[in-house]
Amino acid sequence: MLSQFLNNTSDMSAEQKELTQTPLLKIWVPGMGSSLGQRRGSSRPQFTNCPTMIVMVGLPARGKTYISKKLTRYLNWIGVPTQVFNLGQYRREVVQTYKNYEFFRPDNEEAMKIRRAYASNALKDIANYFTKEQGQVAVFDSTNTTRERRGVILSFAKEKGYKVFFIESVCDDPEIIEANTTQVKLSSPDYENCDKEEALVDFLKRIDCYKMSYVPLDEEKDRHLSFIKIFNVGSRYLVNRVQDHIQSRIVYYLMNIHVTPRSIYLSRHGESELNLLGRIGGDTGLSSQGQKYAKALAEFIRGQSIKDLKVWTSHMKRTIQTAEALGVPYEQWKALNEIDAGVCEEMTYEEIQETHPEEFALRDQDKYRYRYPKGESYEDLVHRLEPVIMELERQENVLVICHQAVMRCLLAYFLDKSEDDLPYLKCPLHTVLKLTPLAYGCKVESFYLNIQAVNTHRDRPTNVNVARKPEEALQTVPEHL
Amino acid sequence: MRGASRSKNTQDLDKRVCMTNCPTLIVTVGLPARGKTYISKKLTRYLNWIDVPTKEFNVGQYRRECVKIYKSFEFFRPDNEEGLKIRKQCALAALNDVRQFLTDEGGQVAVFDATNTTRERRETIIRFAEQNGFKVFFVESVCEDPDVIAENIVQVKLGSPDYTHCNTEEAVADFMKRIKCYENSYQPLDEELDRDLSFIKIIDVGRRYLVNRVQDHIQSRIVYYLMNIHITPRSIYLCRHGESDLNIKGRIGGDSGLSARGKEFAKALGQFIQSQNIRDLKVWTSQMKRTIQTAEALGVQYEQWKALNEIDAGVCEELMYEEIQQRYPLEFALRDQDKYRYRYPKGESYEDLVQRLEPVIMELERQENVLVICHQAVMRCLLAYFLDKTAEELPYLKCTLHTVLKLTPMAYGCKVESVCLNVDAVNTHRDRPSNVDVSRLPEEALLTVPDHH
Repeated sequence: MLSQFLNNTSDMSAEQKELTQTPLLKIWVPGMGSSLGQRRGSSRPQFTNCPTMIVMVGLPARGKTYISKKLTRYLNWIGVPTQVFNLGQYRREVVQTYKNYEFFRPDNEEAMKIRRAYASNALKDIANYFTKEQGQVAVFDSTNTTRERRGVILSFAKEKGYKVFFIESVCDDPEIIEANTTQVKLSSPDYENCDKEEALVDFLKRIDCYKMSYVPLDEEKDRHLSFIKIFNVGSRYLVNRVQDHIQSRIVYYLMNIHVTPRSIYLSRHGESELNLLGRIGGDTGLSSQGQKYAKALAEFIRGQSIKDLKVWTSHMKRTIQTAEALGVPYEQWKALNEIDAGVCEEMTYEEIQETHPEEFALRDQDKYRYRYPKGESYEDLVHRLEPVIMELERQENVLVICHQAVMRCLLAYFLDKSEDDLPYLKCPLHTVLKLTPLAYGCKVESFYLNIQAVNTHRDRPTNVNVARKPEEALQTVPEHL
Repeated sequence: MRGASRSKNTQDLDKRVCMTNCPTLIVTVGLPARGKTYISKKLTRYLNWIDVPTKEFNVGQYRRECVKIYKSFEFFRPDNEEGLKIRKQCALAALNDVRQFLTDEGGQVAVFDATNTTRERRETIIRFAEQNGFKVFFVESVCEDPDVIAENIVQVKLGSPDYTHCNTEEAVADFMKRIKCYENSYQPLDEELDRDLSFIKIIDVGRRYLVNRVQDHIQSRIVYYLMNIHITPRSIYLCRHGESDLNIKGRIGGDSGLSARGKEFAKALGQFIQSQNIRDLKVWTSQMKRTIQTAEALGVQYEQWKALNEIDAGVCEELMYEEIQQRYPLEFALRDQDKYRYRYPKGESYEDLVQRLEPVIMELERQENVLVICHQAVMRCLLAYFLDKTAEELPYLKCTLHTVLKLTPMAYGCKVESVCLNVDAVNTHRDRPSNVDVSRLPEEALLTVPDHH
């Protein structure tokens, strides 16, 4: 509130604090002792004031775990610490061996007791995640099919001051349910020792156990709750009382994902002239090897016989030149441009070490958050790539021709890599990665198109101390002309 | 997803791919006073701002052109044969103009703003769209809250040309009867019966939404936008950072701190904000020193957005206009030729800026009272969104230092109040010179450069 306006306004000029730029993030902060505390350094405000519980609702085999994992992956990638709490896993820890569907019978008193107990443990773990582990979103992945159970969760959340957002998946299409069951249930630890037929029969009986007591979220009775109801894998949505920014983003994301089989091809541009010289950034054209790669890429793509392939590039010459060789229409995205290395653009690592040794060390200390002076960080890159990811989710078959840092960010999204791993993912030149969504994750196939290229991957050296010797800093620099 | 920002040297193939392969017809549905025109205009403004050529076609306006003087609600009675004939004609005339806009004039989205409350009328539109290869997306507003409806009527109906000759009470009475004329034949979009259509049903001004069969990217963006807007009264304050050291020297860009006068402005801004007694004000800045220094003087919490950083002038960063003319006369001329799309070498264009500001706009829509402390080009982009300025006007909007603009949504638009905080500052506004030709003389290029040290 504005009433918290500092009383010493008259002292403002003396105190009008000198700002200093934090060395790693290049964020301007008041010099000494700001009464306003630490500011988050990322490129955009997070808009999460209190923790949020996302509560899944739905019969078995309705895609709850699929949605939970995918949503969690997305939220973590955009910088919102999120974790899934899957009740099935809690059950498997408590009830070591799964016998059969009878465990889920609504009249099985003993099992009910056990189920309530581990559900309660899961809630405790969620509280712990929020308070001790700086989590911001917890996805409670369970059927939660009765109003009673949802009531328990709501009370818990209210007591702790957490927001609650329900995601219900409703599906009556027997084909989809069967496909789900085959894809993920039959290979579950529960059915390790069964043959497919037995497993299927048992699983269908399991679903029946829930059906009788299933009370879906209701437009009227639950009108005070915040939720999205997803019908038949996204042909229809009912959205009620979106409370805040993160819920709005979640709804937008859920409305853009689909389950139609497709593949995403990621590749860098062909080797560029600056690549050969060991220089970073810039906007040069392809070297002769790079041009060979472009042709090889065209052949490879033709060989894959991909239906309705979309091709995307950045606005930089080297990706466009690569796409040109394909002879098909392509779309340019400025958001796919390589990370801006600011004052270090077009330098070799040796030159960076010479002219900016401290910057060079800071980068090795925290490569994800480090922002080049007058440039960007990987963290900035992720935020600028978010619309690309959103559109990739909407699309089907796409080939993205981009750059090393950009490709690392996209790959990290698909393969659920952490901020620590992301900047060191291997994305060599002249290699195409084919990503195909599978079950709860992504299958990766790597195709090296047999055209020689320089290596541009610089590993984290052992000594990241600002006081290190040049040789130590340059230890992992790949060879170049 | 935006297609390519064309490079400034647009040559042969325009690699911009449309967001939509075929044009889209957005069709509003709902009883009178449910916010259809409000939504139509706002959505149109947003789509145009993100570079999707959009136009709204309000059937009520066609009716007013046809039936010069509005007598009373009787025109809308379902048993008024003559009235029905005219109304149908007007709808068809509007659809005809829609066709022209989408097919001949390069439009991508047309918003057909009418009640469209019967399935029969909607069928007509769907057939029309099919014949012309347009996609159809319905936006229905359902609201039974009498307070909301009453407020709508007061805000926009009473001021309508239909009621210029009535007093408030007569107007309200007549309008309520008008609504009644539609109620009996109203067939809302139905989950079952209309399950093959693409639509969003907005219930109670956004309390609840039903979204069916979103077909493509643009519909997905429209749904996201509609789900983020609200009508809670609030104000948005826009201002630039206080005068900076580089401002005084007439240099563009950079990341310098505030001058002495700039610091004075920051103080004055603090006082101004306090005097406004704004409820729950959020303060946003960029990540550049000068906006942060300005915010620091307010003594309240603020959030930093990298997206609010000033336009990147690439190789021209920290140069004076005189230096740009000297070193890059060609670039300087190109910029004057098309200031919106021109991209600085290794820098950005206004077009790029709009794209990077989109999440800021989306969040501004979600928020209530916000003060945004930003930069000249950035402020122009934001202002253009709120005041519906074209790409041609945008780069020349006047956003002077040390002046706060208070924007308050009102009826179908935005009220602007300009508050100059009476602290002197240099002028940083450079108008388009008369000669933008590449072969112009330096004096002609520098004609409109504002004074500086």
